[in-house]
Amino acid sequence: MRHSIRLRCAPDAVWDVVGTPGRLPEWWLGVESCEVDGDTRTIMTRAGLPMPERLLTVDPDLRRFQYRITSPLFVEHLSTIDVHDLGDDTCLTVYSVDAEPAVLALVIGGAARAALAHLPELLGVEPVH
Amino acid sequence: MGRKILLVTTDQQRYDTLACNGGTLSRTPVVDGLAAGGLRFERAHPQSVVCMPSRSTILTGQHPSTHGVFMNGVPLPVDAPSVAEVLRDSGYRTALVGKAHFEPYFDPFLRFEENAMSINGTTPHGGSRRGFEHLETASHGAMGPLHYSQWLMANHPEALGMYCRAIDDSLQVSAAGGGDTGAPQVKVNPIDRGIYHTDWVADRTVAWLDSLDADEDWFCWMSFPDPHHPWDPPESEMGRIDWRDVPLPAGYPEDRTTREAIIDGKPRHWRAWYDGTLVSNYEAPADWIPATLTPDQVREVNARNAVEVELIDEALGRVLARVAERGWADDVDVVVTTDHGELQGDFGLLFKGPYHVDALMRIPLIWRPAPSTRAEGSTPTVVTRPVGLVDLAPTFCAIAGIHPPEWMQGKPLPVDDTDAESRGFDKVLTEWDSELFGISVHLRTMMRDRWVVTAYRPGTSHDGTEGELYDLVDDPLQQVNRWDDVSVRPLRDDLVADLRESQPEVRPERLFLEAPV
Repeated sequence: MRHSIRLRCAPDAVWDVVGTPGRLPEWWLGVESCEVDGDTRTIMTRAGLPMPERLLTVDPDLRRFQYRITSPLFVEHLSTIDVHDLGDDTCLTVYSVDAEPAVLALVIGGAARAALAHLPELLGVEPVH
Repeated sequence: MGRKILLVTTDQQRYDTLACNGGTLSRTPVVDGLAAGGLRFERAHPQSVVCMPSRSTILTGQHPSTHGVFMNGVPLPVDAPSVAEVLRDSGYRTALVGKAHFEPYFDPFLRFEENAMSINGTTPHGGSRRGFEHLETASHGAMGPLHYSQWLMANHPEALGMYCRAIDDSLQVSAAGGGDTGAPQVKVNPIDRGIYHTDWVADRTVAWLDSLDADEDWFCWMSFPDPHHPWDPPESEMGRIDWRDVPLPAGYPEDRTTREAIIDGKPRHWRAWYDGTLVSNYEAPADWIPATLTPDQVREVNARNAVEVELIDEALGRVLARVAERGWADDVDVVVTTDHGELQGDFGLLFKGPYHVDALMRIPLIWRPAPSTRAEGSTPTVVTRPVGLVDLAPTFCAIAGIHPPEWMQGKPLPVDDTDAESRGFDKVLTEWDSELFGISVHLRTMMRDRWVVTAYRPGTSHDGTEGELYDLVDDPLQQVNRWDDVSVRPLRDDLVADLRESQPEVRPERLFLEAPV
C-alpha cells in the first residue's frame, strides 16, 4: 500500500514531524502515546493495543524514516516514509507499507492515509491537489 | 403525531428463508404476519451483494457508484447524505441498534467513531452521527470493540470464547470446520440464548423505545447481525431442526459432474473459486475450497441458518409486542429486509462474492404500513415488479411526509404492481467492484422483465467481453447462462444497452480501501 500527500511548505517542516519518532501521536490519529528507547518505539493505540516497533532508518539528509512493527500479529512488516522536495515550494510525503499478513498492510495503510491527511491542519499549510 | 418507522434488517439472508416467501425450513410467523397485513415484494434486489456498500445504499438512498463505498473496507464518508439525518431534521428521534458497518471493523487505532464510541456510551459525539442520535452496535460474535462485545465482556466474560472464531491467525476469514459435519464457519455455541446477540439487539431496541415519550415520532433501525456466518446459534435452540432432515436446496445439484458443468457455463472466476484457485474477495475463507463442500455440510449450514432466522423472528415479535404496549401499534410502519443474500449451497458454494444470481440478489422485503393508514378490509399485497434497497430511503421520507431530497436515487416503494408500473419500476441494478491484493472484478447487473443480465468489465480474470444472461421464468435457478446463445442475441444486446444507459452517477472522487472489512 502506498499513500502520499503534496503540501505547500518546506520539506523540513514535514520532516520535523514525521521524522521525529516521539511526535507520532501528534499526527497519527489513533495513537494515544509512544515511548522511544534507542531504536525501539512502542506505541499504544486508542484501542489499548501496544505495538512495539524497531526503528530502522531515521535519515534527515534523505528525509527517510523506516520502521518495522515487531508485534506478534505481524509475520513481516516494513513501513517507509519519504519526504521529497519538489523544488517549487511544495513537498511530497509518501508512506508505503508492506506486511504479512497482507490484510494488515491495508489496515496500516488506511491509518497512514488518514495520518497524512491530518498533516495540513497540524502544520497549518495547504495541500496541493 | 406522525407515523413511526421501524426498519428491521438482517444480514445475509436469502429470500427463500421466510415462510411467507415459500421457505419450508424456518417458522417465521411474525414476519409472515407483517406480510399478511401489508406488502410482500417478490423482486427486491440489493445494489451490492456485500455489507458495507449495501448498508450505505440503505442509508443514503444512492447506488454504490454514487455514494462511493464500492466494496467492504471502504468507509462511507461521515458527511455522506443520510435518510436518518433527514428524518431527524424533521423532528424524528433516531436510533440504530445492532450492526451498522458503515465503517471498517479492522480498526486497531479506533479511528472510526462507529468502533470508538463503544467506550464512550451510546450518544455520538456532537449529538448524532449519520443522523442517529443513539448508536448501540453489535456484530457477529464477541470480537471487536462494539457495544455488544463490551457488554458481554463486562457481564458474561465466560461467554466470550463460546462464539465461533470467525477470523484465523493469519487474519483471514477462518476455513476451520465445526459442528457435526466440519462445515466452515460452523460451531457448536453453548451460549445462553438470552445473551446471544439477536436477543441483545431486541433488548436494546426495547430499551431505547422505552426511553421515548409516547407522543414522539421515531425512526429505529434494528439491525440483526444474523443469519450471516459464522453459523453458531445457541446450541440450546438446535433441537428445532435436525440437519439430517434438511433437504438439499434446489440450487445444489448433488451430482458433482452436473454441478461443475453448470459452473463451467459461467465466467471463469466461478470455477476458479469453486476449485480454490482464486479467491477474489475477503468475504469467503481464503483457505477453503468450495469443491470440498459435502451435501451434509450444506444441510447443517442451512439448519443452523434456519434456526438463526427463527430467533430473529421471535426477537422481532418481542419488540412489536412492546411497541403495542406503548400504544404505537397502529402508527408504526415496519419494513423488514436484509442487506444481501447467501449462496447456502447453490452451485456447491457458500458465503458471497461476485456472483450475481438470486441466492445473493433476491432478498426478502416486507413493508407493513402503519395500520392506521390502511383501509378497512385491506388484503395482503404482493408486488412482483423489481424494486431495490435504494428505494427504502425515499420510502421513509414518504412515510414521514417529507419530499425525498434530490440526492436520493430511488423512488418510494410502490403499493402494488399497478402503482409500480405507472411509476416506472421496470428494472433494478446491482454492481460489484473489488480490488484486493492484485485481483480485481467488476460486474454490472440489471434485472428487467424476466431476465437478469450481467456485463463484466475488464479485471484480472475478465477481459470485459464476458457476461451472464438468465431467463428467470424458464431457468429460475440460473443454471443456464445464455450470454453466448445466438438465439437471444438481439435481446441480450438490448438489455446490455439498457444496463449501460441506466448506470448511476459516479462519485467524482474515488474513495479508498482502508481495511479488509
